[in-house]
Amino acid sequence: MTDGLALNLTPLLPEIVLFLAALALLVVGAFKDKEGARIVTVLAVISLILAALLTLALSRTTVLAMGGHFVEDGFAAFFKMLIFLGAAGSLIVANGYMRDAGIERFEYPVLALFSTLGMSMMVSANSLLALYMALELTSLPLYVMAAFNRDTVRSSEAGLKYFILGALASGMLLYGCSLVYGFNGSLMFGELGRALSVDGRLPVGTVVGIVFILAGLAFKLGAVPFHMWTPDVYEGSPTPVSTFFASAPKIAAMGLLIRVLMQPFGHHVVEWQQVVILISVLSMLLGAFAAIGQTNIKRLMAYSSIGHIGYAFVGLSAGTEKGVVAVLVYMAIYVVMTVGTFACILKMRRDGRYIETIADLAGLSASRPMMAACFAIFMFSLAGIPPLAGFFGKLYVFMAAVDAGYLWLALFGALTSVVGAYYYLRIVKIIYFDDPAAAFDNTPHPALNAVSVIAAALILFFIVVPGPVTRAAGSAAASLVTPASGAANVPAPASRVTALR
Amino acid sequence: MGDWPLLSLVTFLPLVGAGFIFFIRGDEETVARNARGVALWTSLVTFILSLMIWANFDYAQAGFQFVERADWFEGLGISYRMGIDGISLWFVLLSTLLTVVVVIGSWFSVHVRVKEFMIAFLVMDTLMVGVFCALDLVLFYIFFEGILIPMYLIIGIWGGKRRIYASFKFFLYTLLGSLLFLIAVVTMYVQAGTTDIPSLMVYGFDPTLQKWLWIAMFASFAVKVPMWPFHTWLPDAHVEAPTAGSVLLAGVLLKLGGYGFLRFSLPMLPDASAYFAPLIYTLSAVAVVYTSLVALVQSDMKKLIAYSSIAHMGIVTIGCFTPNSLGIQGSIVQMLSHGVVSAALFMCVGVVYDRLHTRDIDAYGGLAQNMPFYALIFLFFTFAAVGVPGTSGFVGELMVIVGIFQFNQWVSFFAATGLILGAAYMLWLYRRVVFGALTKENLKALKDVRLNEVVAFAPLIILAVVMGIYPSIFTAPMNASVDALVSHVSTAFEQAPNAPHLALGASAPASLAAR
Repeated sequence: MTDGLALNLTPLLPEIVLFLAALALLVVGAFKDKEGARIVTVLAVISLILAALLTLALSRTTVLAMGGHFVEDGFAAFFKMLIFLGAAGSLIVANGYMRDAGIERFEYPVLALFSTLGMSMMVSANSLLALYMALELTSLPLYVMAAFNRDTVRSSEAGLKYFILGALASGMLLYGCSLVYGFNGSLMFGELGRALSVDGRLPVGTVVGIVFILAGLAFKLGAVPFHMWTPDVYEGSPTPVSTFFASAPKIAAMGLLIRVLMQPFGHHVVEWQQVVILISVLSMLLGAFAAIGQTNIKRLMAYSSIGHIGYAFVGLSAGTEKGVVAVLVYMAIYVVMTVGTFACILKMRRDGRYIETIADLAGLSASRPMMAACFAIFMFSLAGIPPLAGFFGKLYVFMAAVDAGYLWLALFGALTSVVGAYYYLRIVKIIYFDDPAAAFDNTPHPALNAVSVIAAALILFFIVVPGPVTRAAGSAAASLVTPASGAANVPAPASRVTALR
Repeated sequence: MGDWPLLSLVTFLPLVGAGFIFFIRGDEETVARNARGVALWTSLVTFILSLMIWANFDYAQAGFQFVERADWFEGLGISYRMGIDGISLWFVLLSTLLTVVVVIGSWFSVHVRVKEFMIAFLVMDTLMVGVFCALDLVLFYIFFEGILIPMYLIIGIWGGKRRIYASFKFFLYTLLGSLLFLIAVVTMYVQAGTTDIPSLMVYGFDPTLQKWLWIAMFASFAVKVPMWPFHTWLPDAHVEAPTAGSVLLAGVLLKLGGYGFLRFSLPMLPDASAYFAPLIYTLSAVAVVYTSLVALVQSDMKKLIAYSSIAHMGIVTIGCFTPNSLGIQGSIVQMLSHGVVSAALFMCVGVVYDRLHTRDIDAYGGLAQNMPFYALIFLFFTFAAVGVPGTSGFVGELMVIVGIFQFNQWVSFFAATGLILGAAYMLWLYRRVVFGALTKENLKALKDVRLNEVVAFAPLIILAVVMGIYPSIFTAPMNASVDALVSHVSTAFEQAPNAPHLALGASAPASLAAR
């Protein structure tokens, strides 16, 4: 039955657009070289927006394509919107930095596009094979991007570190996939889901496979204990690359992880739940405590992101539809906060040089009140203080956890967020309370101001109109977790046919 | 007027003013002048609008009035709901009044970042009014914890020498308590399926769960009040905060704890409240005596008043958990009185601090000779703090002590001890600062109170006198709501094994509750 669908390319339109755009831009860049980088960046952002619009326009009902390896549903659409948004945001803020650092090359936006294409495939992957291929398509450009400033030791080190550990994680993932395939005889999520929808304990091989897949994806997310690369890569990579790392790939990996856990293994929540809870607890703990002593703002953001993944995992631990909604809301807010914060970090430039020490922010409120206000909004939001958006992310995951009976996990999250609040407050303190250091340069890049102000406004006014995000998250989660049983993901043929029109 | 969303208007009008100030541009002098002007007018209009709430308030109704409702987080079933009853009415007015007072009071004393200062206080106004109007737990929590942000900035930017330590301690201490409250909120939501406050009041939680929820709420409210031994953040925060910050901190923020007990702990968790009432009495009695003794030995004026606040709030918490109308009304009156009097006392300290830049008691003496009006104002509020009959302080304390006397004489004994000690430290403070010979050279040049300071003090003096002479104005609107609350919780208090009535043997508390 799926054969008939193999040639239907409509659900893949966003990916096709990205793919063609990346190829075309490669040519454009090659002909224009130096001055081409800016044009290529602009075109890349436009193609990302086009892909986002196409995603929005495509039917929200579940459609299978490519012989069932590819699925387009509300869940994938939600994540694709976030990925495109995050990627576009981090490309917009990248250009000025790249030019100033002398590494403005057209390959960067092209690599970012290829990686984004991979992420888009990731959240639509509906088989173990598609999962692995999409993940590799995402990762390969990322390795290059981390080492993009190839003349500096730090950047090369970041790239190499990410490559070696990433290869290890890919290996684990592949091993997990093969175990699951070997014990269940199918690569397709739908068939796996049906095969695994029996009650009782799973064969050991499948369980080990799940754990290996989980480990591989936890690496991409930078969750403890697979987080070691995160601080070094964030710090070593050029700041725009860190922005990219912190936003789009994490969203994609989270989307893929949720789909894998909730669809093929959704019937056996207990088998993976303890692992997710353990990762969650460790990530929150490390994110809270390790960030305290940091002096480099990028490194601090790395630990902060580890902590935030931990909070998102609190929602996932619930293993319920409410939990999935919570994670979606959390990740949507997270990506806006992260891109906004990094846009502010990119504005830290003195005497033409980019600086990254937290102490350099001293007294920012006196010299640059607008940037200081944006920074403070992001910090309070990251700390989860109402009325900013970050609070609602936490509220959603805590509600999901308590609803699933994990009161202690919510309590633990609350306690670690008090510790976490300390270092976010410390940045606000340095910005607002300390005596002014020398003022920063005026950014000649209006895009940075625009991104940070828009992101701050989104965070500030989320409380007024939460509807669009929460409703989209609700329907996305509903399309993933079918009410009949958590395991079934293939919709009735009738609905698939109507969806194709 | 009836169709207007009056509560939302009062709540969010200051935010609009803050938005205006945010967009003021120009040189520093112009910005400061305009920011002050906008802040004054906004807070005045807000205050007048809040008087309209009082004017339209129906005294006979026990439930919530001026109720507004709008869809908000549909997926979670959390909606935007506002409304007030007799318990919250006065706190709304207190918040709007004190905002006007601090804007006027700091007219000349704040010179740096005036724009941000005024924005911070208008935002505070919104959050303070909102917290007393919220009829949804999540909405309440947002206002409740949101206050931390402007207050953190107020202490940290305009505060004294150790402002950074104080601001961090204030923020993290209260955040820890608040997050435990948040977990309680989430648990109640999961249990009852709603965060609507009126529905939760009649939901009836399982008695065992009630105890845990009560402890989580206690963690938050006891820090806010603050109750001994969770009070250590308060002296630091008060001492380092600028005068205006101290005024709102003492005047309104501390009341959030007492309000929380009355709005959530008592009606939603009556069994647990009855169970834990002896704990509250014990901690409060310790607080009253201990912090009064600590206040006696302070050499810093603000610290002394901060400790006296803790002692006065100890009487409030005793009143909150006294299951009769007298006790609960007394606690509300005491909160209002403390809101007015301690705010004024911090302003009294602020007046001399602005001139001499020290809060050390020993640095002063003999101010009566060159600052007679100041001496008079300070004297009046000293008496009000001591609880001299005819001032507001007397009424609230008397009501609470009489209220609790019907249940437990020991608690009322310790509360009364606090009054005596209170008289000792306040009068001694006054003697050391105002009386004596004017020997210190730098004091001789001090000018008496300015016009703006007199204008700021005037409403507080009037309030303290009216509340002291004719308290019925203030108790009349709350009668219906408090009676409803008492009848709601009295059963739980009668049935609780260690409830307060045991102290008197088998006397029936309800029959004694008649005023």
